[in-house]
Amino acid sequence: MLHDRSLEESATVFSEPAISITKLNHYYGHGSLRKQVLFDINLQIQRGEIVIMTGPSGSGKTTLLTLMGSLRSIQSGSLKILGNELLNASKAQMTLTRRNIGYIFQAHNLLNFLTAYQNVEMALETQDVTAQAADCRIQDILMAVGLEERMHSYPSDLSGGQKQRVAIARALVSQPQIILADEPTAALDKKSGRDVVEIMEKLAKEQGCTILLVTHDNRILDLADRIITWKMDA
Amino acid sequence: MAKNLAPDTKKKPLFLSWLQLRKERSRLLVAIAGISFADLLMFLQMGFRGALFSSAVEFHDSLNGEIVMLSSRSRSLISLDRFTERRLYEIAGVTGVESVSPIYLNSLQWRNPDNKEIWDIYAIGINPEHSVMNLSGVQANREKLREPDTALFNASSRQEFGAIAQQFESGQPIITEINERQIQIRGLFHLSPTFGINGYLITSDVNFLRMANFRQKGLIDVGVIKLKPNTDVQAVLAEMRSRLPNDVKVMTRDDYAKAEVAFWNASTPVGYTFDLGVVIAFIVGAVIVYQILYSDVTDHLPEYATLKAIGFRDRYLLIVVFQEALILAALGFIPGTAIALGVYRITFIATSLPMAMDVGRVIFVFVLTAMMCTASAAMAVRKLQTADPADIF
Repeated sequence: MLHDRSLEESATVFSEPAISITKLNHYYGHGSLRKQVLFDINLQIQRGEIVIMTGPSGSGKTTLLTLMGSLRSIQSGSLKILGNELLNASKAQMTLTRRNIGYIFQAHNLLNFLTAYQNVEMALETQDVTAQAADCRIQDILMAVGLEERMHSYPSDLSGGQKQRVAIARALVSQPQIILADEPTAALDKKSGRDVVEIMEKLAKEQGCTILLVTHDNRILDLADRIITWKMDA
Repeated sequence: MAKNLAPDTKKKPLFLSWLQLRKERSRLLVAIAGISFADLLMFLQMGFRGALFSSAVEFHDSLNGEIVMLSSRSRSLISLDRFTERRLYEIAGVTGVESVSPIYLNSLQWRNPDNKEIWDIYAIGINPEHSVMNLSGVQANREKLREPDTALFNASSRQEFGAIAQQFESGQPIITEINERQIQIRGLFHLSPTFGINGYLITSDVNFLRMANFRQKGLIDVGVIKLKPNTDVQAVLAEMRSRLPNDVKVMTRDDYAKAEVAFWNASTPVGYTFDLGVVIAFIVGAVIVYQILYSDVTDHLPEYATLKAIGFRDRYLLIVVFQEALILAALGFIPGTAIALGVYRITFIATSLPMAMDVGRVIFVFVLTAMMCTASAAMAVRKLQTADPADIF
């Protein structure tokens, strides 16, 4: 089914980049406290590309990520996700855009009252899937991240690395076209950090999706197709 | 397994509200206990209020006559005025009237035969030749009242009067003093005690006047008028009113009972007290549910923000919180109702008040509980707006 859909959409796939940003500016605060955090950003990320962004804290990486993730409204410039303009998008359009994106957070952000299986299942709640297809996809993805033994454990019973792997499974189970990850390895040790990103990359390659990863972790830079380094404007 | 049987069915949504409530057992138990307690309070207040009104009119409902005559200054069984029985005979000739019968009422001093304490008892003096009261014990025994110094005792009286019913049923003769006159109990009947009357005694008019020697013969408290079958009650009432002076009033037996309820409701603090009790119980319950839901929403804000970030609408989260509220309402209502039934029973045993649960009240309290929880949820969800998906990175 996945392949059928990508064939059908192939016409648009090649005509539009996954993420297209032109002349994007962003400000926080009002009046005299107004402070510009993003200055005239231009960026194109093609479909299937794996991009790593690095740079000092406070340079606006996370702000850009929230704008691309449709979690914040665009103030000026243009930001297109999969060809859809987010400038002046309505709240409902923003919510729909989010459903095409898989997020992986620095803190795993799992729902603590749900098991690993149910957390992954939540990502399918907004999708139109049959019970059987959902069950297959959840089991497969949890197996792919190596958690087949812990499917019915609650987050409180999982290690940091295991939780982050559940979060990756949740982000990928709905087969999103874009993955946005903010320091996914920050809370993990060296070995499990590398493992987690490798799993993410492998699954994303299989599904043909675009990955944008913000990180300070030098050990994973080799996994990227392209590295964007931010500089602080003094 | 069901999933394999029906491969084409759409995935069932996760029951997020219940999963969330279930995860924190102690918080869930506190919430259920709080709602049960509020429900119990509401049931008790309504139970007392219901018992107050249903007990207050048992006397009225037992009268064997369609029309009742009272002094125009009478307001209630505990606020009576006398009138001359001549008024009753003046209208005995109205077309449609079959019979009229006077009733004397007065509190008298009953001496408990067991411990000799004196307690006020509400004495009803009737003509033993007439079938004035539709109570089985009275119909069976009223002829025994022709004998001097006899009376029937209310088996539902409070214990202060002595263990009269038990002793009578075991065959012991019961002789005691009423207003310092020796009286023998010759039978039992049932009338629930009310908030104003602890116990009743029924006797003949002649015996009544012997015991209440301060009462004047011919000055009565209630007149009972029985009509012939198929008589137009309103027409008879209109005819009577045109004949009677304004020192007495006539009304249907139902209106007489309604006036008694209205008296308790409006002219005593009792009705208001219980109504207020229901309101307070409702507020207590609402505050408890609000506290639980508010802290629940607050604790889960990062998780709700995550859900917003992965594409859930605000509406989804609103529904989760309202579902939680309704689940709590249902879970708290069940033990609340069960405990209320037990407390009704205990109260009946302790006070003889007719505490009865009816379906209407059960539904009403459930609706109040659902409203209480929904109102609390409506206040708690305002906090949801502070779950900003942009904060989660």
